[in-house]
Amino acid sequence: MWSILSTSNTQWVLFSATILGIAAGIVGCLSYWKKQSLMSDALAHAALPGVVITFLIIGEKNLFFLIIGAAISALLGAFFIQWVQSSTRITEDTAMGMTLSVFFGLGIMLLTVVNRTAGGNQSGLDSFIFGQAAAMVRSDVNTMLALAFFVILIVIAGFKEWKLYLFDPSFAKGLGLSLSLMNVLYTTVLVTTIVIGIQAVGVILIAALLIIPSVSARYWTQKLKTMFLLSACFGGISGAIGTAISAIGRGWPTGPFIVVVAALFFIISLVFGKEKGILLKHLQFRKQQKAHSQEIGHHPVFQKEGK
Amino acid sequence: METVLKVENLSASYRKNTVLQHVNVNIDSGSLTAIVGPNGAGKSTFLKTILNLHPSLTGSVSYFGQPLSKVKKQVGYVPQRGSVDWDFPTDALDVVTMGLYGQIGFLRRPKRSHREKALAALEKVGMSDYANRQISQLSGGQQQRVFLARALVQDAELYFMDEPLAGVDAATERAIMSILKELKQLGRTVLVVHHDLQTVQDYFDHVLLLNKTVIKHGRTEKVFTNENIISTYGGNIQLLKEGQGHVVHTLH
Repeated sequence: MWSILSTSNTQWVLFSATILGIAAGIVGCLSYWKKQSLMSDALAHAALPGVVITFLIIGEKNLFFLIIGAAISALLGAFFIQWVQSSTRITEDTAMGMTLSVFFGLGIMLLTVVNRTAGGNQSGLDSFIFGQAAAMVRSDVNTMLALAFFVILIVIAGFKEWKLYLFDPSFAKGLGLSLSLMNVLYTTVLVTTIVIGIQAVGVILIAALLIIPSVSARYWTQKLKTMFLLSACFGGISGAIGTAISAIGRGWPTGPFIVVVAALFFIISLVFGKEKGILLKHLQFRKQQKAHSQEIGHHPVFQKEGK
Repeated sequence: METVLKVENLSASYRKNTVLQHVNVNIDSGSLTAIVGPNGAGKSTFLKTILNLHPSLTGSVSYFGQPLSKVKKQVGYVPQRGSVDWDFPTDALDVVTMGLYGQIGFLRRPKRSHREKALAALEKVGMSDYANRQISQLSGGQQQRVFLARALVQDAELYFMDEPLAGVDAATERAIMSILKELKQLGRTVLVVHHDLQTVQDYFDHVLLLNKTVIKHGRTEKVFTNENIISTYGGNIQLLKEGQGHVVHTLH
């Protein structure tokens, strides 16, 4: 059972899932402070029709091309959300909900058609829904790794600018930082992270890998840099453990295991987190309560006669 | 006197509503101007529009005879405190250092000298003890002072401030006003959106009465009269002695 983890291909897949988790953890922090966590979910679902249409055009499962198709489709989804929001009376969350479901519905419809007609070439496109890291071959892994490193590099290199952009975009603009450039970069790293994750984690759950590590990290720190580092760690470890479990199970989907591991980190953070974690908050409250009641107890007015 | 800001025929809107129309203003170098007007008069929009943070429908704005893009470093802006999320994980010193990002250069890291400049600005606003304090743990007045310090490190010629005295305690108000006066003594030009009619005469040498368009603009003693205030606030005002006013609600 464990032997599968020692094969070279599995090790590469594990490594790439870790790097993917790190990239997702980092980009998730950007989304967290842009208050656009749900956006990643909408874009991930919007990527599905692009994957299927690209497959219909090129006729083979080449991750590089499928990623391009997915990215175009996700960007179309982003523009659609933007357009609905700015030119109709529909608000952003409704626009995202609509885009998410309509694009995903379209993707599933196309997928059904492909599965019926592809005949002998059982496309394996189903694995894009819940993710199947083990299905990645070496060239897929290379594509994914290259893009993940690109994303990580962009965020690290401009960390100071990202901080300013996330905290106070108007002020950033006043200093001469181009908001449209930052918006393009943000959308680029977000969409890239989503599309490289769809093979390993799947379109439904990749958003969870973007959202959960960053909110978990928020429970541990009051420094932006530390939050990014922790989120990257949580994402990376979740990616590695989830992928390992699914590899041992042979044919088990990867996405759900990654997300469950990430959720465990979240629960631990929520309870034990040093910044407003439930347990600490409770203990602090108790301590205050005790100190306060003692203070009152010493007060002569509250002392009973004869004491 | 030299004109540092020239606004010609400026109009702006939010969706269907025109908020500003035909605004024409020249601001003299070294003046300390209060922008005064009722809620919804377009005071904040005026600042945002001349700073290119909000699109203008018509009109032109020039700074020191040049477009804003050429003189960005000479212009400092203190937005309303509520415009950012103060839960953001960073400390006061870090926020002030953001004012230096233009000087530090993009993609470069702040040096010790930048840190010292930021500390000096915090000192100036009386916040040096709070340099490493989380911004979420600062009071409203302290947050406002951090914003002011962030603008001060920019060392700009012209400053715009959007309600810096709104909802701050007396100590902060004094600290902010003494800095504004100091800036004026250094020959800097400051425009402040101000809501308290009682203090206009004490604090500012110029007044810009604004309600969708410029009602009156000039030296405080000439322009800040009962008559002009009434025409700015459209009658919803109860005048007290010595030309000071209170905004009151109309009940009919």
